[in-house]
Amino acid sequence: MMKTLLTATAMTAALTAAAQAEIKVGVLHSLSGTMAISETTLKDTVLMMIEEQNAKGGINGEMLVPVVVDPASDWPLFAEKARELISDQGVDVIFGCWTSVSRKSVLPVIEELNGLMFYPVQYEGEESSKNVFYTGAAPNQQAIPATDYYLEELGVEKFALLGTDYVYPRTTNKILEQYLKDKGIAEEDIFVNYTPFGHSDWSKIVADVVALGADGKKVGVISTINGDANIGFYKELAAAGVSADDIPVVAFSVGEEELSGLDTTNLVGHLAAWNYFQSAESETNDAFIESWKAFAGEERVTNDPMEATYIGFKMWAEAVEKAGTTDVDAVREAMYGLEVENLTGGTAVMLPNHHLAKPVLIGEILEDGQFDIISQTEEVPGDAWTDFLAESAVLKSDWKDLGCGMYNTDTESCVQIKSNY
Amino acid sequence: MTRTIFYGLGAALLWLMTATVSLAQSPIQDLLQTYEADLAKPSRKSIGTVIEGLIASGQPEIPELLTKWREKDVWQRKDDKLFFYGEKIDSKTYRLIDIATGEVVGELPKKELKQLKPNSGVRGVIATALVQFQLTDPDRATREAGLTAIERGPEASHLGALRASISPETDADLKARKVRLERLLTIPYDEDSATRVAAIESFSKDLGVDARAAINPLLTTTRKAAATLPENANIAAVLEPGDDLTRAEAYGLLVDAGLAPAQVPASAQKDALIANVENGQVAGVPVHQLDNDAARADAYAKLAAAGTVPPAVTETQIDEALAANVIFDVYAEPDNAVTDAAQEALKSIETRVFFNQMLDLGLDGLSLASIYFLAAIGLAITFGVMGVINMAHGEFIMMGAYTGYVVQQVIPDYTVSIIVAIPLAFAVTFAAGVAMERLVIRWLYNRPLETLLATFGISIALQQIAKNIFGTQARPLTSPGWLDGALVFNDVVSISYIRIAIFVLSLIFLCVLLFVLNKTRLGLETRAVTQNPRMAASMGINPDRVNMLTFGLGSGIAGIAGVAIGLYAKVTSELGADYIVQSFMTVVVGGVGNIWGTLLGATMIGFLQKGIEWLNPSNTLAAQTYMIIFIIIFIQFRPKGIIALKGRAAGD
Amino acid sequence: MQRSFFMRNPSVLIFIGLLALFTLLVTVFSEAFGVGVISTSLVKTLGKTLCLCLIAIAMDLVWGYCGILSLGHFAFFGLGGYMIGMWLMYERTKAIVVSSLAEAPLPPTADEIRDGIGTQIFGVVGGAEIPPIWFFADSLFAQLVLVVTIPGLLALIFGWLAFRSRVTGVYLSILTQAMTLALALYLFQNDSGLRGNNGLSGLQNLPGLDDVPQATISIWFLWASAFALGLGYLVAAWVVGGKFGSVVRGIRDDEARVRFLGYHVESYKLVVFTLTAIIAAIAGALYYPQAGIINPAEIAPIASIYLAVWVAIGGRGRLYGAVIGAAFVSLVSTWFTGGQAPDIPLGFYTIQWVDWWLVLLGLSFVLVTLLAPQGIGGLFDLFTNRKTPERGGADLGPDAGSLQEKEAEQ
Repeated sequence: MMKTLLTATAMTAALTAAAQAEIKVGVLHSLSGTMAISETTLKDTVLMMIEEQNAKGGINGEMLVPVVVDPASDWPLFAEKARELISDQGVDVIFGCWTSVSRKSVLPVIEELNGLMFYPVQYEGEESSKNVFYTGAAPNQQAIPATDYYLEELGVEKFALLGTDYVYPRTTNKILEQYLKDKGIAEEDIFVNYTPFGHSDWSKIVADVVALGADGKKVGVISTINGDANIGFYKELAAAGVSADDIPVVAFSVGEEELSGLDTTNLVGHLAAWNYFQSAESETNDAFIESWKAFAGEERVTNDPMEATYIGFKMWAEAVEKAGTTDVDAVREAMYGLEVENLTGGTAVMLPNHHLAKPVLIGEILEDGQFDIISQTEEVPGDAWTDFLAESAVLKSDWKDLGCGMYNTDTESCVQIKSNY
Repeated sequence: MTRTIFYGLGAALLWLMTATVSLAQSPIQDLLQTYEADLAKPSRKSIGTVIEGLIASGQPEIPELLTKWREKDVWQRKDDKLFFYGEKIDSKTYRLIDIATGEVVGELPKKELKQLKPNSGVRGVIATALVQFQLTDPDRATREAGLTAIERGPEASHLGALRASISPETDADLKARKVRLERLLTIPYDEDSATRVAAIESFSKDLGVDARAAINPLLTTTRKAAATLPENANIAAVLEPGDDLTRAEAYGLLVDAGLAPAQVPASAQKDALIANVENGQVAGVPVHQLDNDAARADAYAKLAAAGTVPPAVTETQIDEALAANVIFDVYAEPDNAVTDAAQEALKSIETRVFFNQMLDLGLDGLSLASIYFLAAIGLAITFGVMGVINMAHGEFIMMGAYTGYVVQQVIPDYTVSIIVAIPLAFAVTFAAGVAMERLVIRWLYNRPLETLLATFGISIALQQIAKNIFGTQARPLTSPGWLDGALVFNDVVSISYIRIAIFVLSLIFLCVLLFVLNKTRLGLETRAVTQNPRMAASMGINPDRVNMLTFGLGSGIAGIAGVAIGLYAKVTSELGADYIVQSFMTVVVGGVGNIWGTLLGATMIGFLQKGIEWLNPSNTLAAQTYMIIFIIIFIQFRPKGIIALKGRAAGD
Repeated sequence: MQRSFFMRNPSVLIFIGLLALFTLLVTVFSEAFGVGVISTSLVKTLGKTLCLCLIAIAMDLVWGYCGILSLGHFAFFGLGGYMIGMWLMYERTKAIVVSSLAEAPLPPTADEIRDGIGTQIFGVVGGAEIPPIWFFADSLFAQLVLVVTIPGLLALIFGWLAFRSRVTGVYLSILTQAMTLALALYLFQNDSGLRGNNGLSGLQNLPGLDDVPQATISIWFLWASAFALGLGYLVAAWVVGGKFGSVVRGIRDDEARVRFLGYHVESYKLVVFTLTAIIAAIAGALYYPQAGIINPAEIAPIASIYLAVWVAIGGRGRLYGAVIGAAFVSLVSTWFTGGQAPDIPLGFYTIQWVDWWLVLLGLSFVLVTLLAPQGIGGLFDLFTNRKTPERGGADLGPDAGSLQEKEAEQ
């Protein structure tokens, strides 16, 4: 039995190798399991972009062919599927991953096989891989500006950092804790809580947060709660009658997509920080929303990781055109300094540290589940290594000139070429 | 065609109007233009002066302007930067209204306008500034808005206005609120010490967060170090290095106060060593020997002896410095009587808060218990009474929740839709349960382990089918308006209505099931078939029919539970899987074959989980882990659960 | 009459022969040592499948032969992976840290190296300290010992508690499920010191072997996995073959009767439970360096239930059945979710296997349980003419397992 299967698989592999006259685009997003809620949208976005690109005649005269696999929210499977995509299917680029752990799972494979991946989600930073372009926000493009907004504009003096227990909240909160301490917030004024994925019983935690106000300081919540746990959290918040004017909540993982799962009338005024909101006013955005609704359905919304996917795809297409080949190293070289119009009315530039320069937007939740943009900064260059932790402040990433993603500026040496996983 | 003409006319008219307006501007527009930059991009820090300036001008439109501005109804025309009130006509066009005259200026497409969007911080500043116009306003809602603004951002200037507004107040509720607010503002802002103490004491039995928020800041301290204790300061405590704070912290305070020389940290020592490397040696020590701390310290001492680097501070020096100085906490509040009263009041409040927190925790536990009970009660029948392991039970809960969602798509009224959804969910899952019993489970009654596996197969299939139909996004299941909000006893104890509803629902289920099992023919037959199917059959009971109905009943109840759980949490295809293990635990811990056992099991698990959460508030995950470990150990000692059936009823 | 072990168990020789042939074929066709028809990713998949077959054997021992439906064996599998993962991660990071500190102007102290490793490993989860449970992480030998002892001890303690209080049947299944859930939730916490949800990653890179390509390493692991599987099969066959095996099967069929015959049932169960836990741990220690990452999601209850599914589909109560089940289901699953299975257009709806594969698996599983309790392994009975007695007809007595009509007539 096993042998027949083996030969069958070998044959498919051989067949796919023979028909190599097009550009293959790998899509590595979970279509089942817990993360499917967020990731299927990105798969659809990539498919839509490919369709549009093909309608324009492909790239350099070659048509794009999507190769969609389902890593099923199973982290080791991400590594396995990435290897399959690169070595068996021979894809030229991968768009994929959402959670940090899935990215960390893929990293060693993609570095070993010299693949190319675009990672479209806001993440905790502290990483820069030669083979990955991070089109989502680094902490200094989302968490730090949002915290500044709390400190400057809302006058928050006491912080509740609520997060799901995994890498992104842990690292982001570590950076924020240090940042807040640097800004003169005492350690006892920072309350940190971690909950499991999909947590639903929030009454105790919300009560704890309300009780924080007892010493007369203005309380603000910074939420890195992930995925559908947010629904229970916001429902409990609304039930407890917590108004955004008393205790504002700024979320880093809640976008239009997540809000479509609940009634937002009681959440009006709570905040989210992203690099993109569907309500952004620009012509490219209008066009993007229109084609997305035509592609995926009228009731669908757009969100920040979709914009990141959009920018990543456009940049990659442009880089391939510029390099005239899909060879990973050539495309990588062509990427640096590339500019693409973003959806919020500015331009995104690819920096030598594989991050983008993007504006930071802060939006207030509206009754219809959209965001009212109340603050928009200039483009902020993404920082792979945060400046607010002592051990990372000395590091920098520059793949263009230094050829190193973890360069110690003190000792002027490259700590390691491969990344940390 | 006519439309184009109409637009053309409109545009011409608009141009005319713009021209006239820009010719003769109202004084308020002029005033606003002086602050144009700040208004267009407001910040909480800079807006204060703008608002002061606006109010100081004394123009009559100011209160309305501020109100409209706060409500994001003020717009700026992009080409001439003039400000107007805006009214929405449709998503693309807005009607502009002159601020001074209230006349309609024209209709403009949104693209040519810029909305002024004060952020929440700025809105707070505006609200605070508006207070003086609001407290004596004839409109009750306005007065209330003023009070809310004071509660959110109290200022010293509010105290006088508030006191003046108390006696004319006609509304009893608002008056009570004003009186309370007046006492709260007295605490920080009044001049007279005795009045403040009296205000503080009046709150010593108050549980409100605002009361504590007013008293607590009085007790803020700063930690200082000095050679001698200052005479006239309001000292909170004198601290002993080693007991109240570590020696390193204490010494750090001394260094900060300039009372002792700074220590050289290890990193600085290392830098000094690196800076003094000569010919592969530091002060005569070869570099390759410097791979441990002792060698490095030696080398540094040699450098210090040579005078190249400042000497490291020794332990004895630290001791001497600490002995020579005092470290103390000093209150920011200079008045001794006030801080004492505050401390006294807080102490009495804290005790009350503690008891109320326990009460709140109890309510939370009760609520969690009722959720677990609701999730498990269907299992209590199928597993507990019939002995069938149904791993797809969670998926029945999910089916119920999705039924609720679908009903809400058809019937927009939330109250009606819930009333329809509950029996429908029961019907859907009842049917599914009966189908499953007929097709799968009845073939496996003698093979319980295989029932487990087969129903697990059904569970993964159902979950995936739900995903294929409804997608992976969470679906909204919105509770009717009357279930919004919470029953608030005081600022510490409250419980949301939706949780109360779930509690009531589980009570109803408990009663109905007890009735069905103990008082009806079906219940009697069920118990008979469960205990001895063949004997029951020979008594004229049709075991097939009874099994089918009982299983259907258990599944149907799971469906209703699904609606309730969906209302309080979320509707996803994984909703059921989240509850399945806990549900089994609940039934097993409580004791199989007994509804009361399930109730006890759910109560124990709910309270236990909340209790552990309370002990370790920063890590909810730990609470779940320890609870499961506790259950495993508990089952070692009471393998049959809390209520173990005895004698013949126990079956085996 | 005394026959040799292999004479009594012809399937062992056949199995080991086939396994050796399979390993040889894969090696010959691999990229590293042969013609390169089989890609490295497939070699890895096959190597991992062999490990899954090994844990399936353990599951078959404990369930198919001893009647304990453990829904927690993936906990031991995962723990084994964690133990080896700690060494892999620590040593690999140490090499990086030492080489980067070698360029510093002062030679690093032992503390500086340790701090560097701590920052590298735990920096991503917001920490820097190396927790005490990593005490042995720098010693391969110690961690290898832990691979066996930690899961073994856990199984021993849990089993002793459970069997002592005579928790049996479905209750035991739920209890084992609770055990894995508790362990998974514990490991999910960052405070557990094993990097929480992130787990240990980059395990495919063996320390000190940076220059060896993954193609070669994957073949090494395939050999190791095949060897472990062969050995595990041998041990399992030996265990179930002798008198011990008869007692164990007796316990499965009627625990009370075996107890009344004077056997200490609890000890037998405990031995089987612990032995299978150790086999599972070894399988895990070989599996995760091939998968590259281990994290708590791996030991969630669902994984262990899938394990039971494999064994049931393959056919329990026969060792090769478990192996067939694990290999068949996991490979088919890979094929379907890999997007390689062709879609089936129905005109009004297109069946995409990525969406429908789980439905198919679930339903086929129900059908196997209902209609073919012997599983795939049952097919072999057709060749060997091994038939269970025809027990058709209605029950004659009041209790399950009593004589049925046709038997009574004989």
